[in-house]
Amino acid sequence: MSKAGYADVLSFFKGEAGDVIPILQKVQSEYGYISPESIRQISRFLKISENELYGIASFYAQFRFTKPGKHSIKVCLGTACHVQGGQVICESLERDLGILAGQTTPDGQFDIQRVACLGCCSLAPVIQIDKDIHSKVASIELEETLKKYE
Amino acid sequence: MSKYLQLRERAQAKWNGLKSSSVPVIYLGTASCGRAAGALDVMEAIKQTLEKHHLEARIITVGCIGPCHLEPIMDIALPGRARVSYGNVTPQKVRTILESYLIKGDPVRKLVLGQLKNGRGEPVEDIPDFFSYPMLQSQIRVVLRNCGVIDPEDIDHYLANDGYLGLMTAFENGPEWVLGEIREAGIRGRGGAGFPTAKKWEICRNQPGKDKYIICNADEGDPGAFMNRSLIEGDPHAVLEGLTIAGFTLGANHGYIYIRAEYPLAVECLRNAIDQMHRYGFLGRNIMGSDFNFEIKIKEGAGAFVCGEETALIASIEGRRGMPRARPPYPATHGLFGKPTVINNTETLGTLPNIVCNGGEWYRQFGTSGNPGTKTFSLVGKVKRTGLIEVPLGMTLRQIIFDVGGGTTKPFKAVQTGGPSGGCLSSEFLDSSVDYESLRSIGSIMGSGGLIVMDEDACVVDVARYFLKFTQKESCGKCVPCRVGTSHLTTMLDRISSGNATLEDLNDLEELSQTVIKGSLCGLGQTAPNPVLTTIRYFRNEYLEHIEQKYCRAGICRGMYEYHIDEKLCTGCMICLKACSSDAISGSRRQPHTIDLAKCIQCRACYLACKFDAIKVTPLHYLGEASLDGNGRGSQVLGEEVPA
Repeated sequence: MSKAGYADVLSFFKGEAGDVIPILQKVQSEYGYISPESIRQISRFLKISENELYGIASFYAQFRFTKPGKHSIKVCLGTACHVQGGQVICESLERDLGILAGQTTPDGQFDIQRVACLGCCSLAPVIQIDKDIHSKVASIELEETLKKYE
Repeated sequence: MSKYLQLRERAQAKWNGLKSSSVPVIYLGTASCGRAAGALDVMEAIKQTLEKHHLEARIITVGCIGPCHLEPIMDIALPGRARVSYGNVTPQKVRTILESYLIKGDPVRKLVLGQLKNGRGEPVEDIPDFFSYPMLQSQIRVVLRNCGVIDPEDIDHYLANDGYLGLMTAFENGPEWVLGEIREAGIRGRGGAGFPTAKKWEICRNQPGKDKYIICNADEGDPGAFMNRSLIEGDPHAVLEGLTIAGFTLGANHGYIYIRAEYPLAVECLRNAIDQMHRYGFLGRNIMGSDFNFEIKIKEGAGAFVCGEETALIASIEGRRGMPRARPPYPATHGLFGKPTVINNTETLGTLPNIVCNGGEWYRQFGTSGNPGTKTFSLVGKVKRTGLIEVPLGMTLRQIIFDVGGGTTKPFKAVQTGGPSGGCLSSEFLDSSVDYESLRSIGSIMGSGGLIVMDEDACVVDVARYFLKFTQKESCGKCVPCRVGTSHLTTMLDRISSGNATLEDLNDLEELSQTVIKGSLCGLGQTAPNPVLTTIRYFRNEYLEHIEQKYCRAGICRGMYEYHIDEKLCTGCMICLKACSSDAISGSRRQPHTIDLAKCIQCRACYLACKFDAIKVTPLHYLGEASLDGNGRGSQVLGEEVPA
């Protein structure tokens, strides 16, 4: 994560005010999260204060400030998933992995995030691991599913 | 115009070529919902089967046709024949179907859903029309007409089906004429508030100055709704054409699409479609030889529900925290970068090409006089046939839930319209008509079109608490009634659902709700208490049960129950044992299991996993007084009163 890396990422942008969110998104997709170093670099590039930038970034649920696991698990807790027992799925995952939503396992394999809606409501409850969406999940199948990613 | 006709002719030749193809054509639904159901594995299986038998076929990927519970859906058209659809396709079924239909010519009728007769191919005998499937029968597909039928990644497919004809008609007749047709059509904003689209446009159009903006709002943050995602993934060009028509009518040269980053596939679809528009000359300078210039930019949202609100959305595009501001001035006069801006919902824009092509009067034939047209809904929850539907406004909730959706397996309890801003309606409202005014009069709203159906397994207090937790988390924090009010409402609901509330809490809940509604700055706060107020109004008994009896009839609220296993019903299958992640269940195969109450955290995982109704949920505190609903509910063990 050298300085040159940031220069590459930032070279896509002109540095206009409207670029703040696209830049944060790009940095997060490159590095996995927004580190204090990212905030420093972007703040210099856009010529806005680190505080202001962090204020914008922390407003949006998409941005994370801790290092993600190798595989990211998103548990959908939209209405349809809630009605179909999404909360149970989330808690089962938390217990299986021994972490809470928003945390990463000590071995860095998995992290769990709660999301509002993945838009696959008719197949509820759903979870997303990396880019794969798993539909109609049951808590008894979770262990099996996770094994595929280890 | 001549350039357009040329493009269209070429596109039609390509489209018709598909129908007169000398090899079979296989269509596979690969929108997000199809993929979630395993469409990509199916695709792999198709390719392998074709290779194994040295068969030739073309594979076309399409969007979602609507009945998501049947995904993945695969259609096969033999040369010169109609498209035959198969649902819930698995790799195993693919092999059976392909080997039988492509080699022996037998379409495996027991696996067939129906055939699409609207094509040119000759119908296959003894197979019903897919559109006579109960879920599709009473639908009218205006905005969804191409979804699941054409390849969304191919602009030629769209062009061949009257694509961009609306834009050309608009160019020919001028902006005034377009505005007139939209006014005549009477279409109202499909984002939920129902403001007449023509009126919004007039205000912006009459503003002086050259720089104007048009924004497509695809920030579908409402949990439980996916209409915009499905439309964009199934027919992105319809939305983009609508946006361009809007730009032309308003005199705006810059268009934005503000879309949720949680929809990566939809974003990809839009990027690809915009590239194609550039290549064909539907974007850029002097579009199709007219003097109209237009560019479209995609802005990805970053996960904030409040950004569905116009002024917050604008703040977010400008690179600030997505916080709303007081209106007026409205965005139509002071919007993006301080310029006149119109923000329309994705569905509104997707409908425009149709209205412009066929005229406002044509559109009025659907729906009712004050609520013309059709509306898409995502029908989800405990309904049998889930998916995306499009019906004329003015249909009743009963028709939508029971005729289109097939009803519920366990007895129907409630339906939530309008997402977190809407209301929870009980069965007495099943016959009310679905239009902006009727829904508002019973304390709910139309919203963007999420319909979440709940059966007896849902607890209304829990549902209200869920929505309030959501709005509380999504409140931007700018105004006090919303920031602090939703937080207090949540605390009160927490008390009720944990059995620690008094009747005073119930009164406070209603009073504070009114304060939040009246005092909040934007729509998020003004509508946040709707789920609370409607559940109290229509399900007061259940609130009283929670408070006075410490009893939750659905068995959802924790701390009011004990879980144990009925030895007579338990088959010793060990499923609950595997489901339990707190090691509270013990037992060996074929022997009845037991739950260790000290370890049980009442997560319901075993209750949901058990296939024999052997997990019983017994109320701890319920005193057995039959005063509430007269039938002595609750003195029984919960699991027994649930009909199969």
